[in-house]
Amino acid sequence: MSKLQVNGKDLDVDADPAMPLLWVLRDTLGMTGTKFGCGQALCGACTVHLDGAPVRSCVTPVSAAAGKKLITIEAIGEDRIGKAVQAAWVKHDVAQCGYCQSGQVMSATALLRSKRFPTDAEINQAMAGNICRCGTYMRIRAAIRDAAVQLG
Amino acid sequence: MKRRTWLIGTGTVVGGALGVGVLGLVARDGYYERRAKELAKPALFAGWIVIAPDNVVTVYIPHSDIGQGSHTALAMMAAEELDAAWSQVRAEQAPADPAFANRHFIEGFLLKGRQAPEFARSGTTLAFGEIGRLVNMQVTGGSASVRFTGQMGLRTAGAAARDMLLTAAATQWGVPRSELVTREGTVQHAASGRTIRYGELVQRAAALDAPAHVTLKKRSEFRLIGTAPPRLDIPDKVTGRTKYGIDVSLPGMLTATVMASPVHGERLVQVDEGPALAVPGVRKVVKLPNAVAVVADGYWAARTGLAALKPQFSSGSNAQVTSETISARFDTALQSAEGKKVHSAGDAAGAKGSQVAAAYSVPFLHHATMEPINVTALWEAGKLKVWGSEQDALGARNNLADVSGLALADVAFTPMAVGGGFGRRSAPKKDHLAQVVEIAKAVAPAPVKLIWSREEDFAQGAYRPAVTTRIEATVDDKGQVQAWRQRFIDTPELINEGFPLPYAIANQRIEAVAAPTHVRYGAWRSVAHSQHGFFTESFVDELAAAAKKDPLEFRRMHLPPGSRHRRVLDEVAQRAGWGTPLPTGHARGIALVESFGSVVAEVIEASVDASGLPQVHKVTAVVDCGFVVHPDTAAQQVQGGIIMGLSAALGEAITIKDGAVVQRSFPDYPILRMNQVPAIDVSFVESDGPLGGLGEVGLPPVAPALANAIAASTGRRIRSLPLRSAGKESPNA
Repeated sequence: MSKLQVNGKDLDVDADPAMPLLWVLRDTLGMTGTKFGCGQALCGACTVHLDGAPVRSCVTPVSAAAGKKLITIEAIGEDRIGKAVQAAWVKHDVAQCGYCQSGQVMSATALLRSKRFPTDAEINQAMAGNICRCGTYMRIRAAIRDAAVQLG
Repeated sequence: MKRRTWLIGTGTVVGGALGVGVLGLVARDGYYERRAKELAKPALFAGWIVIAPDNVVTVYIPHSDIGQGSHTALAMMAAEELDAAWSQVRAEQAPADPAFANRHFIEGFLLKGRQAPEFARSGTTLAFGEIGRLVNMQVTGGSASVRFTGQMGLRTAGAAARDMLLTAAATQWGVPRSELVTREGTVQHAASGRTIRYGELVQRAAALDAPAHVTLKKRSEFRLIGTAPPRLDIPDKVTGRTKYGIDVSLPGMLTATVMASPVHGERLVQVDEGPALAVPGVRKVVKLPNAVAVVADGYWAARTGLAALKPQFSSGSNAQVTSETISARFDTALQSAEGKKVHSAGDAAGAKGSQVAAAYSVPFLHHATMEPINVTALWEAGKLKVWGSEQDALGARNNLADVSGLALADVAFTPMAVGGGFGRRSAPKKDHLAQVVEIAKAVAPAPVKLIWSREEDFAQGAYRPAVTTRIEATVDDKGQVQAWRQRFIDTPELINEGFPLPYAIANQRIEAVAAPTHVRYGAWRSVAHSQHGFFTESFVDELAAAAKKDPLEFRRMHLPPGSRHRRVLDEVAQRAGWGTPLPTGHARGIALVESFGSVVAEVIEASVDASGLPQVHKVTAVVDCGFVVHPDTAAQQVQGGIIMGLSAALGEAITIKDGAVVQRSFPDYPILRMNQVPAIDVSFVESDGPLGGLGEVGLPPVAPALANAIAASTGRRIRSLPLRSAGKESPNA
């Protein structure tokens, strides 16, 4: 039994401690907003926040999340920065198929939390681990810059 | 024409030139009438539009949303003709149902006097069947959604519904129809100052006959088309609420994962199930003809169980095949007996002038959709219920009936949001569907979700075919191309896409030569244009060099003045500053490709760094797609196509070793990342040409424009992709 705090709620989860957080979220808790892309931390689709830092949930064992604050895409809009990022995504028509965008939004929110006004180089650096096959990168960059301005 | 036949009414109004199959289908069994009645309750039904008494207009979209934003664009087209307020419009994915069969896909080709695109014709690996069956497709492909479904279906349906609402209001008020106008979802009568909402008219309108003819708006009358309301789907995509196929959850659902023979076409011989069954959570091992599946309580246990297995597959001569043996086979085939004629004009052998020849090759490519292949099924009392993310919902349902042996009526398919398609999720590929049917039978009555690992997704793709070509041309002393002779390796979906050439060349002989491999092929974004765009536009540049002409000027010489092609070229040259100075080492390349009814020209500014790697600095694209429905989503599609084209041209290749695909995940297959994306400038020119596609058309000019820029910068001609596997020698010229 693992004790988790998911989006502010304390939960007891009955799962193999080695099971990746991704599958605890998706299969055990039924929270499907966090996406499976590769299972090897290569694409960023599964990004969540552990104590505010972006992590790839597909390679993070559930045991590593015990005692930490886990935030997923389902609750990132309750965060001031997360909400601004989501609004900027809508404004800039960022998403195409949208499958990678949960991870993109989580990575972008973590970036803006650590850097109020990231440069393009810093945006590229922070987002390079998130693959988008539809090619929405230009709009992601524009939306992050816009969200930074909105947050002031 | 009665309301009950309205579905066909929306089709027959258009030009009176419809495929007979549509009429036959409707007349045969009354199916459309029944479906129309079901969907019409309780409101007026007009084609794919439902107007409810509460004034909500629901537009049923037959295509999958694979990211194109076409749900928004198609709803706009219906709303435009209906004169609905955008705020009252909703877009809904239509069910996988023959009532929504994508007949407009085929009609679009028929009306232009052309045949179906090759990838949609009957063939061995990419068969949809003949045209008669094609009307039963709900495919999302061929960049067809807006230009066919939207133009012929939804605009007409919107106009017809508006017509009926006007008649209803005239009757209700006892005033002449000519005194009425429609605006923002209301009918208005200026003389009496009365206004009534559409929802209040639907009951009366539903009793009317559908109009036999409708007049669509002129472009100058558009109020909504050409504006850019926010895409309807994005809010749910940034909050994790959108449900993709992989997100399906059913009570008591199990999860399966699978490993098929890495060498395509081989069979499962033997597997010891024990190691998987020993993993906690694993329920069952299911042997399939060419694969082994592990079923468990969740994906993690299923994957762990599968990893413990050592399945043995049959092995034949294909186990010796490599990329090199395939290339050699292609080269031999190109030199063999005469190929199949693709296009011929004049006397290609008799022209006088100097000869230029070159050979080009492109590799297999993978779609690498971000959502791995998955599908969920429930086998219950001899019936099948399936949920999935497919580009062709009805085609998937037909395939499920096919692989299960059930009647279509006993197969239900629920289309879910699609996490990337690019051709991978089109109907011809039904392997995962066949797998899930067998697995669902084995675990019935439990529902089961089959998820392929990323490694399986790479290993069992439906790859963009590798193709080799050899081209020769005769150029006269004025630099005019007198003859073009080309042979290329045939794949079922290749022929005719890309030919005839857009250039005025009197003598042409284009041939295709068959050289099948055991590697599975599929349609990949822009289909054959991804290969032929590179071949044609690279060689045109080589001809320009041989003629000592500027590449832009050389192309203009071979295009008629006033043509769409020439206009697009001139526009892109102007926007990109063609001929203006650049930093040392930088150079521009240009390419022009017509595909899916749109004409696209691109200029790429590139250089080569100290280590010999190409660097892309800027892409300028100009698109003529007739007119633009939603400028922002249109630009979005072209930007995405350019980025996918750059990704492929720079680094993507699927290679074969020991008969199997070598690449198994992203590091082996470098998809472009944000830090590698150059500045991209996309603009549109309007023309009176027919509405063209957008989902694919940005991609084909990318590779040749880049290769042409590298040649201009370094003098080194790239004749083989991808560029970054370079260091290797170009094929012989």
